[in-house]
Amino acid sequence: MIRVVLPPHLRTLAKVDGELRLEVEGEVTLRSVLDALETRYPMLRGTIRDHGTLQRRPFLRFFACEEDLSHQPPDAPLPAAVASGAEPFFIVGAIAGG
Amino acid sequence: MSGIRVLAGTRKGAFILTSDGKRKNWEVSGPHFAGWEIYHLKGSPADPNRLYCSQTSGWFGQIIQRSDDGGKTWHQPGTPPGEPLTAPDGSPKGESNKFVYDTSPETGKPLTTHQWYDGTQHPWEFKRVWHLEPSLKDPDTVYAGIEDAGLFRSADGGKSWHELAGLRGHGTGPKWQPGAGGMCLHTILLDPRENGRMFIAISAAGAFRTDDGGKSWRPINRGLVSEYIPDPKAEVGHCVHRIALHRSRPETLFMQKHWDVMRSDDAGDNWREVSGNLPTDFGFVIDVHAHEPETIYVVPIKSDSEHFPLEGKLRVYRSRSGGNEWEPLTKGLPQSNCYVNVLRDAMAVDALDPCGVYFGTTGGQVYASADAGDNWAPIVRDLPAVLSVEVQTLP
Repeated sequence: MIRVVLPPHLRTLAKVDGELRLEVEGEVTLRSVLDALETRYPMLRGTIRDHGTLQRRPFLRFFACEEDLSHQPPDAPLPAAVASGAEPFFIVGAIAGG
Repeated sequence: MSGIRVLAGTRKGAFILTSDGKRKNWEVSGPHFAGWEIYHLKGSPADPNRLYCSQTSGWFGQIIQRSDDGGKTWHQPGTPPGEPLTAPDGSPKGESNKFVYDTSPETGKPLTTHQWYDGTQHPWEFKRVWHLEPSLKDPDTVYAGIEDAGLFRSADGGKSWHELAGLRGHGTGPKWQPGAGGMCLHTILLDPRENGRMFIAISAAGAFRTDDGGKSWRPINRGLVSEYIPDPKAEVGHCVHRIALHRSRPETLFMQKHWDVMRSDDAGDNWREVSGNLPTDFGFVIDVHAHEPETIYVVPIKSDSEHFPLEGKLRVYRSRSGGNEWEPLTKGLPQSNCYVNVLRDAMAVDALDPCGVYFGTTGGQVYASADAGDNWAPIVRDLPAVLSVEVQTLP
C-alpha cells in the first residue's frame, strides 16, 4: 500500500480528503505510482503529467523521505520506505504566482 | 417574466449572477472552482441548463467542467456525479482535459511548428482552453479554442475532444505567432444558417473562415493593415482581438483589432476601417446589440502598452450606424481614477427588449446596462479580475 499526498486543488478534483492509499502492482517507481494514481483517479490524468509526453508538469515536484525525486528516471525504484507505506509520496505545487 | 443569467469567469473562480427581467436585483453564486483561472464559461443555446466551463491552472493544466442544472452542480464530463469513476470495461472516465493535437499528414508528423516570440519556429504545445462555443442546436456538441492555437470539437458533451486539424494544417500555420497573452484561438462564431460556416480568430495570426464545417479553412484578413509587422498587409500575422456578428445578418462582421475597429459585409472577404471618431481605436472587446445589427459597442483603451481607459475614465462607445460615428456612454461608469481593463471575452448582450449590455473588468466589477448602454451600474464588484462574461436570456 502506497501513501500519496496531493496538493489541495488536486484533492478537490479527485474528491478526496487528506492522504491517499494506493495499491501498486510490481516495482514501486514514479511511473507505477502515477499510473496507479491515474487509474484510480482518472480525473487527474493530464494534471500531473502531460497526456502525450508523460512529462511532469513544470510547476510540480515529487518528494519523499525528505528527498527531491522530481528528476529521477521514471522507472527507477522509489525509496523502500515509500514502497512499504512507511513514508508518503508527496506531489507538491511550486509556491509561485498570484 | 424572463430571467437573466450572467456567467463570469475570473482569475480565481467562476461566478454566476442571476436576476429577473427587470435586471435590477442580482444574486451571486460562487466562487465555483475557487482558486482556478476560469478563462470562459458558456451555456448551450439549445439547452440553457447545459453549461461548459474552462478551468485552468499553471500548475495542473486544463479541466473542462459541465453543469446540467444551470450551474448549481458541476462535473467533469465522463464522470457524472454519483457514478463510478471507471466504465464497466475498466476504462477510465473523466477525460475532459485530453486535448491532443492531430498528427495526421494534414498537419504534419511530428507536430508542425509556429513562430515563437523571438521569430524562431516552436513546436505546438497545448496550454489551455480560451473559449468554449456550444453548438446552436445540439447540447452535446461544443467547440473549444485553445492555446497554442487550435480548434477542437466534442460531440459527447465535453468528454472527448478531437482537433479540426484543417485549420492548423491549411498552410499558413508556421507564420502564426503569439501575442502578449499567448498564441490563443479566442473567438469562435457559428453561422446561424447552419451552412457549415464558422469564423475563428487567433492572436496574432488573424481571422479565418470555414464553409464546410471545419474541414478546410482560409484566412480572411484582406483590408487589415498592421504597421507593426514586416508586411503590414500580410495574409496572416494580424493581431485580431475579437470579432462579432449579429444573428440576423451573419455576412456582416465587426472586429476589434490591436489597432483599428473594422467591418466586413462579405463574410470577411474584405474589411474596411470604421474607427471614425473613437478617441483611440485600440481595445479588446466588441459586441453587437441583440436587436439592432447596426448598433455596436467597444471599450477604447489607451495604447497597446498601458491597457487602461483614457484619462482614467471608463467609457463604453456605441455606434448606431455600424461604425464611423461613435458616442461615449458614461452614466454610471467611473469617470475618474479608473485604470481597469476589459478583456476580449468580457462583454455580452442579452436578448430582452430593451437590450441589456454587460461587461467585466480586471478590477473585479461586472457592469450592466438594462437600456442598451444609456445607463450603467455595477451588478457585482470586488470579484477577482474578470476574464470573461457571457449572458443567458432564460425563458
